[in-house]
Amino acid sequence: MSAPAIRLDNLTLGYERHPAVHHLSGAFQQGCLTAVVGPNGAGKSTLLKGISGAMKPLDGTISMTAVETADMAFLPQQTQLDASFPISVLDTVCMGCWGRAGLFRSIMAGMVDQARAALGVVGLEGFENRPAGALSRGQLQRVLFARLLVQDAKVMLLDEPFTAIDEATSETLLSVIHQWHKEERMVIAVIHDMAQVREHFPQSLMLARECIDWGVTDQVLSAENLQTARDIANGWVENAAICERTEAA
Amino acid sequence: MDLLAEQFTSGPEFGRAISAAIALSFSGAPLGVFLVLRRMSLSGDVYTHILLPGVAVAFLIAGESTIALITGGLVSGLIVACLSALVARTTLLREDASLAAFYMIALASGMILLAGEDHAEELLHALFGNVFAIDGTSLLVISAVSTATLFVLAVIWRALVMESYDPVFFSSVGGGGVAVHMAFVTLIILNLVIGATALGTIMAVGLMTIPGASARFWSRDLGVMLGIAIGIALISSLGGLLSAVHMGLPPGPVIILFAGGMYIVSIIFGRFGGLIRRFRRQAHLES
Repeated sequence: MSAPAIRLDNLTLGYERHPAVHHLSGAFQQGCLTAVVGPNGAGKSTLLKGISGAMKPLDGTISMTAVETADMAFLPQQTQLDASFPISVLDTVCMGCWGRAGLFRSIMAGMVDQARAALGVVGLEGFENRPAGALSRGQLQRVLFARLLVQDAKVMLLDEPFTAIDEATSETLLSVIHQWHKEERMVIAVIHDMAQVREHFPQSLMLARECIDWGVTDQVLSAENLQTARDIANGWVENAAICERTEAA
Repeated sequence: MDLLAEQFTSGPEFGRAISAAIALSFSGAPLGVFLVLRRMSLSGDVYTHILLPGVAVAFLIAGESTIALITGGLVSGLIVACLSALVARTTLLREDASLAAFYMIALASGMILLAGEDHAEELLHALFGNVFAIDGTSLLVISAVSTATLFVLAVIWRALVMESYDPVFFSSVGGGGVAVHMAFVTLIILNLVIGATALGTIMAVGLMTIPGASARFWSRDLGVMLGIAIGIALISSLGGLLSAVHMGLPPGPVIILFAGGMYIVSIIFGRFGGLIRRFRRQAHLES
């Protein structure tokens, strides 16, 4: 059994004191490939924001062993990029070199080769000099995956990477995810397509603000769990009382 | 050509004016391109107003000394810009709303400071600038700021491009978006302050944003875009100065109208998204 890499202890994340993730405890093992599932408003994106460090916990802790936030790459849901911005596809992918190059070090030929190779992996050879704004939604998602490849992070946090993406593109990008898994990188992805989760993700975390279940995918995605998640997710209590609970359910 | 030669031989004023205009074009136009790309085109105008309280205080203390006015404007500009950015990043207000509130507060404070001041008209003159009244010291300050701007822009280039294009990604890799934004805003304010002494505050904004907006029609390459913007600013400054002298008009507005003319030409004939390209029916390409 490998050591837990990211441990959540009684974690509560939220907005203006209203919890979006409530008393969540558990661990993402080193090199795990975990799907985060659950209805809209279940706190899935919030959880990724919390893990990436973009959001401070209201309560509880996130502790990491053998990784830190600098080792994480985060692909947010629906990246809204200005299509008229004058930047090429290759330059967009090269942004992934920031961790190594920073502000001053030059982007070495090796890094550019790596960026070109990453474009090849996601099936976009020959697109290097095209303006990034001229790409379709799916092609842009491929470019963002290429940028993740160049980032070379230990932990990949992907928020709905396949929403509004066609099958061929999803297949290419899923093969990238499997490659990461083989390289023992940790992948945590928010996914809505349950068939995709069953086929490609060995572990799942089902959220509906509270943890419904967390473990082997086939057990987590039971009909009973899915129904429970659906029932819980829709609540928002305007004048909710202060939560007195101190331990995770 | 005779007209040009005559201007140079009649005294140092024209030479200084030309030099100041060239310096302002080289540093202001690249900033304008980024203002447009960061959707902050209108902020430039707002930033000019936050210079007022500092300029007023400097005027009350030191009178119509150019260096004092520049320093005053710079100090109040930076303070208000920092406050506004701070509020935008720590509260629910976005940059535009935060800045809109702060600049009105700054403007009102400046007006109170100057209330009952007999020489307010002199100050107004200073705020509107006069490129032909630039003395040797001011020219030195303008050139120094312009050179420093290009240097800083070169240093922060990579971060500025990334933060402008994908701020979420930039912060996810720990790039420090606040620092980049503040460095950029500082450059804007510095250039507005020196531009104000030459062209007047509002016209100084024009020499930044109009070339920036026009350049977008001519290239999809950021480097080329900067070059085009600088070119447009240079042609406007030189053409505007000469015409202003020739026709006895105030130089600031004439320079801006020159830039405006090139903006309209860009809108109509521009290679990327220009009107003619847009409405002319062309045969489509192979799939």
